[in-house]
Amino acid sequence: MFLAESFKTALSLIVNLNAELLGIIFLSLKVSGSALVIATLIGLPLAALMGFRKFPLKGVFVSLLNTFMGLPPVVAGLLIYLFLSRSGPLGFMGLLYTPSAMIIAQSILAFPIIVSLSYAAIVGVDPIISQASRSLGAAQSQVSLTIMKEARFGIMSGIIAAFGRVMAEVGAILIVGGNIAGYTRVMTTTIALETDKGDFELALALGIILLSISLGINFLLHLVQRKGAVER
Amino acid sequence: MSLALTVSNIRKSYSGKPVLEDVSLSFDRNAVYVLTGPNGSGKSTFLRICGLIEDADSGEIVYTSEGGMLKHDIRLKRRITLVLPRIGLFNTTVFKNAAYGLNIRGSKGADAARRVDEVLAFVGLAHKKDQSALTISSGERQRLGIARALVIEPEILFLDEPTASIDEKNSAIVEDIILDLKAGGRTTVIMTTHDKDQAGRLADSWLTMHAGKLIPHP
Ligand SMILES: Nc1ncnc2c1ncn2[C@@H]1O[C@H](COP(=O)(O)OP(=O)(O)OP(=O)(O)O)[C@@H](O)[C@H]1O
Ligand SMILES: [Mg+2]
Repeated sequence: MFLAESFKTALSLIVNLNAELLGIIFLSLKVSGSALVIATLIGLPLAALMGFRKFPLKGVFVSLLNTFMGLPPVVAGLLIYLFLSRSGPLGFMGLLYTPSAMIIAQSILAFPIIVSLSYAAIVGVDPIISQASRSLGAAQSQVSLTIMKEARFGIMSGIIAAFGRVMAEVGAILIVGGNIAGYTRVMTTTIALETDKGDFELALALGIILLSISLGINFLLHLVQRKGAVER
Repeated sequence: MSLALTVSNIRKSYSGKPVLEDVSLSFDRNAVYVLTGPNGSGKSTFLRICGLIEDADSGEIVYTSEGGMLKHDIRLKRRITLVLPRIGLFNTTVFKNAAYGLNIRGSKGADAARRVDEVLAFVGLAHKKDQSALTISSGERQRLGIARALVIEPEILFLDEPTASIDEKNSAIVEDIILDLKAGGRTTVIMTTHDKDQAGRLADSWLTMHAGKLIPHP
């Protein structure tokens, strides 16, 4: 049986910690992890600003962010490609087809998810928390920090959801990373390429691992949401 | 002398509907002031305005100490506190809730922890200190709300219906806490209640709010 054979080889690749396989997994985690850190470092303060300050056209801005949560990765990839390509405005930096370009692309995909969901979590905190905090003598910055802490489970859900999205996407990193073996080849792009070539073993091995990671992410999300719900 | 509060000609409306109409009063003794009055008469609104949680539309809220008028800044706000009817406990342990006022004032460490333990013992919650504050009973919530306020040794303590929706045993505990504060003579307590007997037991001065106006209890 062809399918069974492929499966067996795939499993042996995983069990034997095949070097190529490990390299690809490691790069995937590095790219998506870095993107997540960058998107959180910029997105969380922005969500806080949106949650605590009034400014004109905030509603429009929120709708826009919500729309960008569903931005198709290939479109994001295309736009970043145009910016980074040799004739583009940032072409001089020579970032196209490097892991850095992939990190930029995934940061942009993760960003609206982290901002939108964190913002929703922050404005969803019961206003009594801010009253209680102020009445106990908190300065404005301390009130804000207290509200952020109350929103922590919602914020964590947003970050985990963003991680799930970037780990699974293939469109953006394929366009800006170029799928160069040993350099910009990650799990999803390898699966696409190997399947195209008809070499299913590596693709299948990566598919299994990707599924396990996705399962892990969803389990984590479930835990966080349940903890948030129980403690409310 | 400690902190005194004088409010004059306070007015407040919500979306055009007047809630407080020309309220004036002095709180100038370390005593227990009790406000009673029907639902919706404006007691909670009055407490929030006096506690500097919300602004009045017009009128003056004047805090004085040693004869001088105090600015409504964070220094003054840290000398008073208001326990809200729904309390607003933070999603963390009982201990950390009680420690909040000290933490934001920058006092941590062993002395602070000792102070928190003391106050938790005072309200009878020492054995619950590691429990999540969101899982304690409503009587315990009330007591934790008071503990959280007492930790910072407020000179004026506002309590908005501290015994609403709790049983007799817990009410008695809360009343004892208030009587202890009264005996201590260092804290002014300004509270609301719907329990007339309780008002009689606790009040040095008993006032009634009626349709946005404050009158001494007959
Ligand atoms: N934030 C608010 N927005 C709009 N209306 C409000 C607000 N707070 C209070 N009100 C209104 O002001 C009126 C007085 O409310 P308040 O809570 O001060 O009454 P109360 O005397 O404390 O009543 P209770 O005994 O039921 O606690 C009510 O009609 C209430 O609906
Ligand atoms: Mg009230």
